[in-house]
Order: sequence, then C-alpha cells, then structure tokens
Amino acid sequence: MAVLPESNLPVIITLLLLFGALLTIAAGLVRREFAWPVAFTTLVLVLVDALIQLATIVQGGPLRHTLGGWAAPIGIEYVVDGLGAFVVTVIAAVAVVVGMYARSAVRRENPDQEVAFLGMLLTLLLGLTGMVLTGDLFNLYVFYEISSLAGYSLLAVGDRKAPVAAFRYLILGTTGASFYLLGIGFLYTLTGSLNMADVARLVPALQGNPGLPVALALIIVGVGLKMALFPLHGWLADAYTHASSTSTAIVAPIMTKVSAFVLLRLLFFVFGVDLVANILPAGTIVAWLSAAGIVVMSLMSIAQRDVKRMLAYSSVAQLGYIGLGIGLANPWALTGAVLHILNHATMKCCLFLVTGSVAMQTRRTSVAEYAGLGRAMPWTFASFSLAALAMVGLPPTNGFFSKWYLLLGTIRAGSWPLVAIVAASSLLTAVYFFRLLESIYTAPMTAGGDAPEGESGFFVLAPTIVLGVGVIVLGLCNSWFVTQILQPSLPDALRLPGM
Amino acid sequence: MDLTVVLTGRAPYAFTIVLLLIGLYGMMAKQNLMKKLFGMNIFQGAIILFFIVHAYKTGASVPVLDDALGTDPTRYVNPIPHGLMLTAIVVSVATTGVALALLIRIYRSYGTIDEVELLERLRKDESR
Repeated sequence: MAVLPESNLPVIITLLLLFGALLTIAAGLVRREFAWPVAFTTLVLVLVDALIQLATIVQGGPLRHTLGGWAAPIGIEYVVDGLGAFVVTVIAAVAVVVGMYARSAVRRENPDQEVAFLGMLLTLLLGLTGMVLTGDLFNLYVFYEISSLAGYSLLAVGDRKAPVAAFRYLILGTTGASFYLLGIGFLYTLTGSLNMADVARLVPALQGNPGLPVALALIIVGVGLKMALFPLHGWLADAYTHASSTSTAIVAPIMTKVSAFVLLRLLFFVFGVDLVANILPAGTIVAWLSAAGIVVMSLMSIAQRDVKRMLAYSSVAQLGYIGLGIGLANPWALTGAVLHILNHATMKCCLFLVTGSVAMQTRRTSVAEYAGLGRAMPWTFASFSLAALAMVGLPPTNGFFSKWYLLLGTIRAGSWPLVAIVAASSLLTAVYFFRLLESIYTAPMTAGGDAPEGESGFFVLAPTIVLGVGVIVLGLCNSWFVTQILQPSLPDALRLPGM
Repeated sequence: MDLTVVLTGRAPYAFTIVLLLIGLYGMMAKQNLMKKLFGMNIFQGAIILFFIVHAYKTGASVPVLDDALGTDPTRYVNPIPHGLMLTAIVVSVATTGVALALLIRIYRSYGTIDEVELLERLRKDESR
C-alpha cells in the first residue's frame, strides 16, 4: 500500500468549521449582528482551503492527514482523492452562496433564532465535509450523526409543521445511522479493522463468508435512508416543504448528495466492484429501485400544487439518477452520477433560493400563485428558468451532460427498459417545469399573496444569479471536470476507455 | 447451567435481535411519538449491546497493562468496541435531546403528541 503524502489541508476544513461554529455563537451572544460576518468569513476560508486542496490533488495526487500522529490503521486518518476534493469543493461553494443568501433571509424568516441558526449551519457543513474527508468507518458514523443532528434542527426551523416533519426525519435518520453502525459492527467483527483502506485490503479474503452480505445490506439500507434512495425517501418531502428557505437551500442540494457519495465510496472503494457484484446483487437492486424512484417521484412532482413540495419530490427523482449511476457501476453511468452530484447541487440550490425569495417578497408558494411573476421579478426568474432547463436536461446547461453520460451508461449496460426510463424521465421533468414556466411568463397575475414590489435585495438576488449563470458555465466546462478530476480518481475498472 | 457459558454463547446475539425487533416495532407501530422515541432508544441500545458482547473474551482482564499478565493480547478484553460505544452513547443522548426538544415544540403548537390526533390537526391547519 503506497503511503500518501501527509497534508494539513483536509483537517483545516474541519477545524475551521468547528471553531467557526463556536465563534459564530460567541460573537452572536455579544451582538446579534456580529454572527453573520463571522459565519460568512468562515465559509469563504473553507472554500479557499477546499480550492487549494483540489488544485494540489489535481497536480500531485491524493493526500492524507493522520490525526494526532497515530498512524493508520490504529489511528484515524483523513484521505482525500480527486473525487473527495471535488465533492468538498462543491459543498463549500454551495455553502458560500447560501451563506450570502442567509444574511437577509434568516433575519426575515426567523429573527429570534438567527445566531443559533448560523451556528448550526456551520455544524451541518462540518459533518458533511467530515463524511467526505474521513478514511475511517466509525469516524464516518460520527460525522454522519453530526450532520444529521444539525440537519434535524435546521429543518425544524420553519412554519408550524416543520417540527413534526423534522421529528419524523429524526426517527428515520437515526434508524438509518443505527443500521449503518450495525453494518460497521459486522464488518469490524469480520476484519478487525475500521480503516477504509485496511478493510478494503482484508475484505476480498472473506468472500463466501455469510457475514459479508449482511454487512453490505445493512450499510446500503443505512446510507440509503439518509440519501433518500427510493423507497426510503418518506421523510424528505415534508421536511423540505415546511423548513425555512435557507434550511432547504442548504440541506436539499448537498446533504443527500454527500450520502450518495458515501455510498459510492463504500461500494467501490471499501467493498470493491467485483465483490459487490459477487456477494449480493446490490448494484442491480440499487439501480432498479432508483429507476422506479425516477418514474414514481417525477409523477408525484407533476401532481403537486406547492412549488417547494414539487421541487422536493423532484429531488428524490434526481437522486434516482445518481443512484442509478452508482448501481449500474459502469464507467459512463458512474461519471454521469458523480457529475450529477455537482450539477444537481447547483440547479436545485438555485430553484430553492428562488422559492425562498418569492415567498419573502410576495408570500406566494403554490404553482397557481406563481402565474405572471416573470415580469415582476425578471432576474430572479431568469435564473429560475436556466435552472429549470438544466433540470429538464437541455444543452448547453450542465444537466444535459450528466444525463448524457447516464444514458450512455444504460445503453452500455444493455438494459433497454432503463434507457427508456432515463429518456422518458426528461419528458416528465419537462412537463412539470414547462407548465410552471408557461404560467410564470404568459398567464396574468393571480390575486393570492401580495403583489410583488420588484426584485429582492442584493444578498438574495446575487446568489440566485450566480447559480443561474453557474448552470451554464458548469455545462460548458464539464469536460474539464470529467478528464481532470473525476477520471484519475476512479478505480481502474471504472474509468472511461482512453483516459 | 453455568452463566458464563450462556453469556459467551449465542444467547446475547439472539437477545440483541429481539431488542432490535422490539425497537423497530415501537418506531413503526406505536402512535404516541414519545413511544416511537423509546423504540428508537431501544434500537440504539441493542446495537451498543452487540458491540460490547463481541468484545467479551472468557478469562480476559480489563485492558489496562498489568505486569502479572504481560503483553499477551489474548489476556485482555478488546477495548476498541467499548471506546466506540462510548461515542455511540453520546450520540444517542444528543439525538434523544434533540428529539425531546422537537416533541416539546410539537406539543406547544398542537397540544398533542399522538400521531393520529396530530395528523387530524395538521389537516385542519391546511384547510384553514
């Protein structure tokens, strides 16, 4: 096993967020206005560190950090490859954008909880980045729970129903974490190690051991619950709909994606591609469940009257693409899945920010009430339209490219029903977004809610526009991501030919 | 029957499974949200038990270096699962704390933590 170069870059992210969260609350106790600058500075510093880390890894290969100087596999280590650095950068970038939005939105939506809210926001990011960075299975569980606990409290902030939805999520999320922990227990009993690289080395010798499929199944169910893998998505729609717009805008784009990344990491880097295919048809099961999720959840989206709820169901459908790519486990599908983690994060974040800013300006939330708003808030809805087109998958938006890779993946897998599902789902997505866009731009304004006074303030509008433009820019730059970052960090068996 | 034979055999694992099932039953079948929370705690407790039972070794001592026992690892109980479970217990306490806080907020705004009544009141909210 090659020893990776030691670096402090990964652990600085964790420390920045940990102390940033504490400092934010401390500063907020002195004066409430001090909390946001501290939190935002932390987020910007984290993004800078993540970018330096990404650049270092693209040039020099994976990094690690041994915590406290205890060498792995006894101690805990952080291991970051191109894929991990990429996901951390996505998290940090989304966090900066939402952090900017949070400045005025949190003050308007839940003024009493502003300080605690910002502290929790940083704690959530601490958990999520930790899940990506760590190279230790139990450490992953701890970060999983840190991010979940912060997530429950963020999603409980919102309208009157939010605590009920958050409680339901808490029960299901904790069950998921417990399943994961039990799976780790089985794996630990079998291998005697918790270090991912070490377990990956020991696991192939255990082929045929009846404990291994049990561990794998428990881990898939555990991570699947947090990832909202169909049909384990029951908690998601209510939790996203009733939470405040800032909570949804940060939780929806990245929390489920990070779990998808963890699933990918565990299946392909810990258990290994061959083993997963041999001991349990795990990939096939995940792929078909995801495919079912894409169809059912797209239909559910069409049936929704509330825009936020429609987007929540569409999130589960979009996660289906990622699950499908992971399940098919061929180079094209997996590239599509990883690319979709980034793409869906940008477009869904943009869409949720727009619903938030519309709700703040006009108190309008339903599809019918959105009619005619396009002229009143032109910039906001220009970004919304771009993100909506990306959701449907029109070129040159980024959504097109991830779907293209996925479609290639399904064709390579030779599974024609799946090809049909991926193609048809674009049509279903088009149905619910074009219906909305048509009424936004052509229908006369309805009476519900307030009449819009124009665009939102700078701190709300700027993040939305950044994401809207980002959808196009990421689409145009996608080949750079694929060739420079994604391909070098995938296992050999899963690389595109010629890379 | 000798107690250590029972404790080091399969009985504790069977007991873990029973606890897991009780926990799952509580979370799925009980209407009272507080009882769902109890179910969740039982579920977590079962997993903690699973790790601890696995760490047990017959005739081994506590994992503190003892001159009389030397450095033979078979003479000491594996300390890692205990360490892990200390963390898991902390996590479970934190989760319970957040859950109780949520329950208080639910009770304050709806006056009930019974799921059926709660759903009725939620629906009333919607029609209003």
